[in-house]
Amino acid sequence: MNEVRRLLPGKQTSSSPISKERLVERGFDRALDYALALEPEEIISTVTKSGIKGRGGAAFPTGVKWSSVSKAEGSVKYVVMNADESELGTFKDRVLLEEDPLGALVGLVIGAHAVGAKKAYCYIRGEYREVEQTLARAIETLRHGGWVGPHGVEIEIRRGAGAYIAGEETALFNSIEGKRPEPRVKPPFPTTKGLWASPTLIQNVETLANVAILFAHDLHWFTAYGTQDTVGTKLVGLSGHIRRPGVYEVPFGTPMQEILDAPELGGTVSGSGRLGAVLLGGAAGTFLTPQEVKNTVLDYPSLGAIGASIGSGAIMVFDDTVNLEWVVTKLARFFAEESCGQCVPCRIGTKRILEMMETGELWTRTSDLRALGQAMKDASICGLGQTAPVALLSILERPELRHHA
Amino acid sequence: MENTVTLTIDGESVTVAQGTTLRAACEEVQHPVPTLCWHENLTAANACRACVVEVKGSRTLVASCSRIAEAGMEVQTASERVLNSRKVVAELLLSTSDASIAPDLQSLAAISSADAERFSGGNTWAQPVREDNNLYVRDLAKCILCYRCVEACGDDAQNTFAIAVAGRGFNAHIDAGFGRDLPESDCVYCGNCVAVCPTGALIGKREFDLRARGEWDEDKITTTPTVCSFCGVGCELDLHVMDNQIIKVTSPLDHPVTHGMLCVKGRFGYEFAQSEEPV
Repeated sequence: MNEVRRLLPGKQTSSSPISKERLVERGFDRALDYALALEPEEIISTVTKSGIKGRGGAAFPTGVKWSSVSKAEGSVKYVVMNADESELGTFKDRVLLEEDPLGALVGLVIGAHAVGAKKAYCYIRGEYREVEQTLARAIETLRHGGWVGPHGVEIEIRRGAGAYIAGEETALFNSIEGKRPEPRVKPPFPTTKGLWASPTLIQNVETLANVAILFAHDLHWFTAYGTQDTVGTKLVGLSGHIRRPGVYEVPFGTPMQEILDAPELGGTVSGSGRLGAVLLGGAAGTFLTPQEVKNTVLDYPSLGAIGASIGSGAIMVFDDTVNLEWVVTKLARFFAEESCGQCVPCRIGTKRILEMMETGELWTRTSDLRALGQAMKDASICGLGQTAPVALLSILERPELRHHA
Repeated sequence: MENTVTLTIDGESVTVAQGTTLRAACEEVQHPVPTLCWHENLTAANACRACVVEVKGSRTLVASCSRIAEAGMEVQTASERVLNSRKVVAELLLSTSDASIAPDLQSLAAISSADAERFSGGNTWAQPVREDNNLYVRDLAKCILCYRCVEACGDDAQNTFAIAVAGRGFNAHIDAGFGRDLPESDCVYCGNCVAVCPTGALIGKREFDLRARGEWDEDKITTTPTVCSFCGVGCELDLHVMDNQIIKVTSPLDHPVTHGMLCVKGRFGYEFAQSEEPV
């Protein structure tokens, strides 16, 4: 049994996702009452002990972040839910917000209490219009309970306008402030100087949902799943050549092969039925060979050893008939389209990579591509430019992926 | 000492005042880093990435123009990664923009041994020159999007906010709003954007015309310092004179009144000085 349902509500859950009954059924009312009665330091200490890491891609320890914001100087602080889910192959936050919007919101309210914020924002991807309405109704449910409002925390929804870059945390702040969503240079980090130049706690939807289930239960329950390194479960998004595409919740440490093959998860590779490669972590992710898929588990050390990361949890599956050069060209087009244009390595680099892919130079200009990719990883301002060449470089490192198809 | 920090640059220990940028600290130990978008009187834009250095413990390289020196930092200004990034930045810009009158970019290319051809052959920024007024010209094929003009027009100097970056990715460009000509825009023609432009993408009309005719000759230009006569502020002017004609007016960057910035009268209202007509 590989599929777990903790972040996602159990299949027997009967109440409406935005109802007061759901709060009770999921134990979130209990979580709120318990957490809000604690001193902020006690909340932070529990989050730190839980070992939750950020689920947006960077896997930064959540407790450390909360502690930094809490200690940062400033009379006004903010918390932000990053629901600008735009990574290719990533749709977990949408499912989470559709099926259980109260979870992430409860995490947001607890976060606000922990760091001393009176105002919170949910920044949601512009295309997620229906999810946004669900989220708005869920906020109303919390308002009726008194957790949201003048005596708790005010929550405001802000909608993105379609730019991938606006999901980068500092670009997101600029967007909320009404500016062009260009990333800011770090440091200063959001923890000390974020939204409106105030200390800001910004977390991915899934991270906040983890906080909610942590406080709805206890540390012992929370740490029942996962590995020594990474506690808990992860939402993964399976897409491409897979019989059962969709969002699944699996414990950290689940073998990659099982995620693809288990009947209650991916249900094996479709298409030709033979695995060609997996792109793990979205457009900014890493290609894995079938052998690597066989030998790794879904955990940071295991994947880190082969230069890969879980990222947002996107797992794109390609059978052995797919021409990966074509895939890399599509990814290059995506980044050239979505670069904000602020810094030279990303603005021009993404364009040059696209041009080289379109003229079929992937395997003929490897040293130029490596030099360019390295400069983009090293010198771009933000994560977009730094990770734009990663998938491309990963394929250069895996010449065995060259010849299929 | 309380108000200083000590760090290592290329193995050399250096003590600088708190708040000093890595760029300034590197300059202090005579290991200068090249810059393009950085300007002494403007907020660092962090855009060009020519000034990146390697800081021990940092996953990526850091822009030395804006990173503040911290005690114990170990900085390398010429590591393999730094040299690669510097070179690629120069090559990417050379593959895109016309660097013919961009001395900083030319010097970056020279010190990084950039190969101008390596990434060329694709799309460039070649585009028609926009001459829509009598004072300055926009030759955006030369633009490297360093953001200096945007900052000078904004809250670093002029507070007019007539120009901003529009578009994204390779299509990002400096725009006066909806692609408008300058006379239709909010521009007040102070020319401070021209003064800070490092590539000649923004250039005085007089200089542009002289260069177009092949008559611009640096060797024949002398500068005469004076004080602007238009009002009582006391802005110092440098009159650039060629063949006994004023061809450009600037102000010293270190002048306490102007910091290099002027208004439309001081910058462009120099014709009267050489008029033969009685006042």
